[in-house]
Amino acid sequence: MTTTLTAPPTTASGLDVAQGRARRAARRRTVLLLLVALLVIAFATTLMVGNTFYTPSEVVRVLVGQDVPGASFTVGTLRLPRAVLGVLAGFAFGLAGVTFQTMLRNPLASPDIIGISSGASAAAVIGIVVLGLGSTQVSILAVVGGLGVALAVYGLSATRGGVAGTRLILVGIGVAAMLDSVTSYVLSRASEWDLQDAMRWLAGSLNGARWGQILPLVVALAVLGPLLLAQARNLAALQLGDDTAAALGVRVGATRLLLVVAAVGLVAFATAATGPIAFVAFLAGPIAARIVGPGGSLLLPAALVGALLVVAADLVGQFAFDTRFPVGVVTGVLGAPYLVYLIVRTHRSGGSL
Amino acid sequence: MTTDHQLTVDHLTLGYGDRTVVTDLQVDVPPGRITAIVGANACGKSTLLRSMSRLLAPRAGQVLLDGKDVHRMPAKQLARTLGLLPQSPVAPEGIAVADLVGRGRHPHQRILSRWSHDDDVAVAAALDATGTAELADRPVDELSGGQRQRVWIAMVLAQQTDLLLLDEPTTFLDVAHQVEVLDLLADLNAARGTTVVMVLHDLNLAARYADHLIALADGRVHAAGAPGDVLTEETVRAVFDLESRVIVDPTSGTPLMLPVGRHHAVARL
Ligand SMILES: Nc1ncnc2c1ncn2[C@@H]1O[C@H](COP(=O)(O)OP(=O)(O)O)[C@@H](O)[C@H]1O
Ligand SMILES: [Mg+2]
Repeated sequence: MTTTLTAPPTTASGLDVAQGRARRAARRRTVLLLLVALLVIAFATTLMVGNTFYTPSEVVRVLVGQDVPGASFTVGTLRLPRAVLGVLAGFAFGLAGVTFQTMLRNPLASPDIIGISSGASAAAVIGIVVLGLGSTQVSILAVVGGLGVALAVYGLSATRGGVAGTRLILVGIGVAAMLDSVTSYVLSRASEWDLQDAMRWLAGSLNGARWGQILPLVVALAVLGPLLLAQARNLAALQLGDDTAAALGVRVGATRLLLVVAAVGLVAFATAATGPIAFVAFLAGPIAARIVGPGGSLLLPAALVGALLVVAADLVGQFAFDTRFPVGVVTGVLGAPYLVYLIVRTHRSGGSL
Repeated sequence: MTTDHQLTVDHLTLGYGDRTVVTDLQVDVPPGRITAIVGANACGKSTLLRSMSRLLAPRAGQVLLDGKDVHRMPAKQLARTLGLLPQSPVAPEGIAVADLVGRGRHPHQRILSRWSHDDDVAVAAALDATGTAELADRPVDELSGGQRQRVWIAMVLAQQTDLLLLDEPTTFLDVAHQVEVLDLLADLNAARGTTVVMVLHDLNLAARYADHLIALADGRVHAAGAPGDVLTEETVRAVFDLESRVIVDPTSGTPLMLPVGRHHAVARL
């Protein structure tokens, strides 16, 4: 006997399987292209629109380094960092969110729901207000804060039979509430903070984006992004349950550790740069799943959806109303109903989250 | 390549936390045959299977595959020789049958390798062997219980292992689908010499389909051997704490166990 299955008269051939796979992949490819196109449009709009409107040609001239009076400053120094930061933070939140949701097999298990974003945010605020640190140190402190919270939530929800999903989420929500009040308290003690700055650490904002703020996030994405994307297959196996994954040759413990550290790292670096932009990590994965369909990896689609959410919501927050709202207020308004819907649906379908 | 892999459990002790579930267990799995494990609920059947496929590290003793400790083998290498269908695998929402079966190819793929022709051929063969080819594009969550179980078996078949461990593959199926799944496993064993180890609840089907029967009680082997020797009234009493009569199954010649409850026992068979 050999290990290769030599087929007797068949009803399915390798070709059939390949064709079915290609059919299902076609939708995914279309959706990915569409997402990239939308993201490019939203990005360009951010560069063109504002108190003064600049034409695409003026924007392009600024981007290639020509000196355009007025535009060079407004587009090059104010709008470009804002748009780039929005895209990068969206990538980071989207990737991290869908990693957690897929690994823990629960849409509620995203880092912004279970306290990890809150931990990073609280650490960053303490770093700035209490310790007076610079941006790199704040990023590092945010990562430590995020990992610390991840560990604490894991430890608090571990039972003798392992970690149960529902327990982890409930503990996480509690820890998040606690940390958010720490953030509020520290902010309230810092007299020199204005409302905009405070909002950044409570809900997330792209206001006052500077290149120096973006650099640590670029590095984090360049290192952790590919690391996560390379785990797509392991993540797909983990979706089938820990036992099945292990039986398929996944080293479950080590893989999970790698995924958690990488995802928490991304959330923390993004949070250190923009504050915890509400619900982007939570929403990106489910939206991506809805539009690309089941079966394939959601990492890349969720990253694109995350970026699109941040950039589009920032445009809405800046220009749709009389007052300017930080991006996190807009995404918060988008995300809250979905959170309520998920909890209600869960409750209806029989209690367990 | 040979399918005659020797899977042996040597002085194995297993447990969770400070609870010991399996104590000093000795098991030899006959290569190229079908082995059924029976025993009362919570006696450690799943625990034993999980340890055999290195999901659970032993407290003491070893699980040996061809003389090598499975817990020291590289994970993917083991997964190319030994497949396991756990008791309750999870199907991702909306996933198509062929995509789920394709996940069984994991141990044959590298991190960034592309999907290969071999993968497609293996998936097609697994769909064929389980009669699920016409379901290939359907979402798994729309299938009946029997169909779904065949799809999961197709997934472990796509793994192309010479050893197959299955934890209660027939539970939750009606009797026709139970027989269908067991026939499928017997076909695989006959056609490819695949070594099958399965946990079953139905003693009569276990006795009929298995070449080798292992009766576990309280994490120890109470009896092991040919079904005719193992499935006796004494075994049923010791393992399940149940009075029974064992007669010869007129359809297969294997032992047939008839439970005797406190009611309705009118005639001595
Ligand atoms: N992950 C776990 N953590 C703690 N105890 C467990 C775990 N899995 C199983 N057990 C316990 O081990 C014992 C044997 O379980 P199991 O092997 O699943 O029995 P079964 O023979 O029904 O398959 C049971 O008492 C069960 O409660
Ligand atoms: Mg069991």
